[in-house]
Amino acid sequence: MSHFSPYFGEFGGTYVPEILVPALDQLTEAFESALVDPSFQEELGKLLKHYAGRPTPLYEATHLSPNPLVRIFLKREDLVHGGAHKTNQVLAQGLLTQRMGKKEIIAETGAGQHGVATAMVAAMLGLKARIYMGAKDCERQQPNVYRMKLMGAEVIPVHSGSGTLKDAVNEALRDWAANYDSAHYLLGTAAGPHPFPHLVREFQRIIGKEAKAQMLEAIGRLPDAAIACVGGGSNAIGLFADFIEEKGVELIGVEPGGEGLDTGKHGAPIHLARVGILHGMKSYLMQDGEGQVEESHSISAGLDYPAVGPQHAYLAQTGRAQYVAITDDEAIEGFKALCRSEGIIPAIESSHALAYALKRAKAATKEEVLLVNLSGRGDKDLNTIMNLEAAQ
Amino acid sequence: MSLYDAMFERLRADKEGAFIPFLTLGDPDLETSFEHLCIMAENGADALELGMPFSDPVADGPTIQAATLRALGAGTTPKKALGLIRRLKDKYPELPVGLLTYANLVFAAGIEQFYQDAKAAGVDSVLVADVPLKESAPFVAAAKAASVAPVMIAPPNATDATLKAVAELSEGYVYLVSRAGVTGTETAAGKPLGHIIETLKGYNSAPVVLGFGISEPSQVKAALASGCDGAISGSATVKAAERSPHALARFVEGMKAASR
Ligand SMILES: Cc1ncc(COP(=O)(O)O)c(C=O)c1O
Repeated sequence: MSHFSPYFGEFGGTYVPEILVPALDQLTEAFESALVDPSFQEELGKLLKHYAGRPTPLYEATHLSPNPLVRIFLKREDLVHGGAHKTNQVLAQGLLTQRMGKKEIIAETGAGQHGVATAMVAAMLGLKARIYMGAKDCERQQPNVYRMKLMGAEVIPVHSGSGTLKDAVNEALRDWAANYDSAHYLLGTAAGPHPFPHLVREFQRIIGKEAKAQMLEAIGRLPDAAIACVGGGSNAIGLFADFIEEKGVELIGVEPGGEGLDTGKHGAPIHLARVGILHGMKSYLMQDGEGQVEESHSISAGLDYPAVGPQHAYLAQTGRAQYVAITDDEAIEGFKALCRSEGIIPAIESSHALAYALKRAKAATKEEVLLVNLSGRGDKDLNTIMNLEAAQ
Repeated sequence: MSLYDAMFERLRADKEGAFIPFLTLGDPDLETSFEHLCIMAENGADALELGMPFSDPVADGPTIQAATLRALGAGTTPKKALGLIRRLKDKYPELPVGLLTYANLVFAAGIEQFYQDAKAAGVDSVLVADVPLKESAPFVAAAKAASVAPVMIAPPNATDATLKAVAELSEGYVYLVSRAGVTGTETAAGKPLGHIIETLKGYNSAPVVLGFGISEPSQVKAALASGCDGAISGSATVKAAERSPHALARFVEGMKAASR
């Protein structure tokens, strides 16, 4: 019997073709037994420390804060080996792949950060990796495509649909339906069918766990708000997990507002709050009146996804977490602000969380401590930024 | 008696199996699609399986995916798709028609409403490609309330417990998936599934129809020889329809001949 319920309120579930159910059951078993297996925890702990470089620092961005009343702390997931938080849970799923006796990994990637983390870990553990990536994302994130190939992964561009993350997930699911016997689907975010939302959260929980201890050490108390960007929701749920019970800490997820929430060109399904079923889960989903899935839009490939992990839908519905939107333009401003003020080049994804913190800090009239998850570094986004500047 | 029961009874008396071709509704456009449906009915199809186009058809391979895109591109909505079935049933009231759809289209319409609309359009059965047994309760309940047969999938990797539940819940027929993977002829139908068919029948299941990768008359023969009551051909039917109305007619005729 599974330890975790497949549902978060009305959200979650296992909406996959029947043929994938045994593979998900096998994964649930491997995941839950690993969680309580000291030898698994020890092996993972060693890799997190010596391979990924954890714990990551907590850095107070004193030059960034536009308001002396407001202190902004950055959880530096950009310093994880691979350049983003994605490595944390990929290491765990890599070990689970071995635990299930499988030799191949199937993955999807948007910004390429999950693909890079997967390729790294596959190389290190001696596993074969096939990585699906939307054709448009391959274009936007060329350096990451090249990194994956260098590390021996096969990158498969997906041309169908919008050529972004949603379509890459579809292809990965198709591949898995054909090859579940030999391959593990290493899903990259806290979304998808049960048990992925739990599994990814448990292995990203370390972000918030470290940050909590580091905040206590730095200022002797918890922050007033914990802020993270939300694509599928893995870095955000990793930051939130250990704060959910801390009622004094506001939890804020930042969705990509794209060209603006009123333009229809965005990737903010929580804002729309329309329940639907896609990629194995019931959650908030961008869709038309008949249930056809709509294409999302964001300047950041990693946030360009029309749905969101089910626990975020639940946290939003119950009011435990607040979800706000930041536009492409605001994110770019946040990006530039951090580059100049602190000498840190953030991912455009993370810049959404930063931009919200800056906006909030500017408006603040009382003392406040903000914890921002800097989920990744911006090297992969330099092309995007250069093209933007060239266009201006 | 349901149209499926009547069909399987008639075929049993004639010592035949069922041949059920699949097309995506509204591909390449509504009028051509209607012509294709009539061609299948006129050239020996015992029943039809029809896909309601969905933007993200994860259980389908490239051929049906492309058909889906064409249908959506031509403006096919769930309502228009059901309208095609209504026209078809007005012309061929005895022909059993199954609808293949995805969970979000059912959910978006409202689960109860979806099945009622399907019933009103003349749909005899509904298979939801991404709703496994675990999640099937509200879908099955709404199907039964609307007198539409819920069709469940028996995959080749099913445990005995899964097969028992499939046999108990599935009405009209059981869709036996021949192999791992998604629809398409890129991978042929898998090995004989004798033990699964026996197990299902041991649990008193509805007739068992084999699908995925069936593109030639010899595969229809093999399915029937292994104990199936019929065979479904999707991607190969779509490809025949892509060639010409004539090719579609000859394809259905040839596959049906193999079921005799
Ligand atoms: C740096 C970075 N942050 C955030 C995300 C968004 O993913 P999630 O919402 O799962 O954290 C990505 C995805 O690729 C990313 O690369």
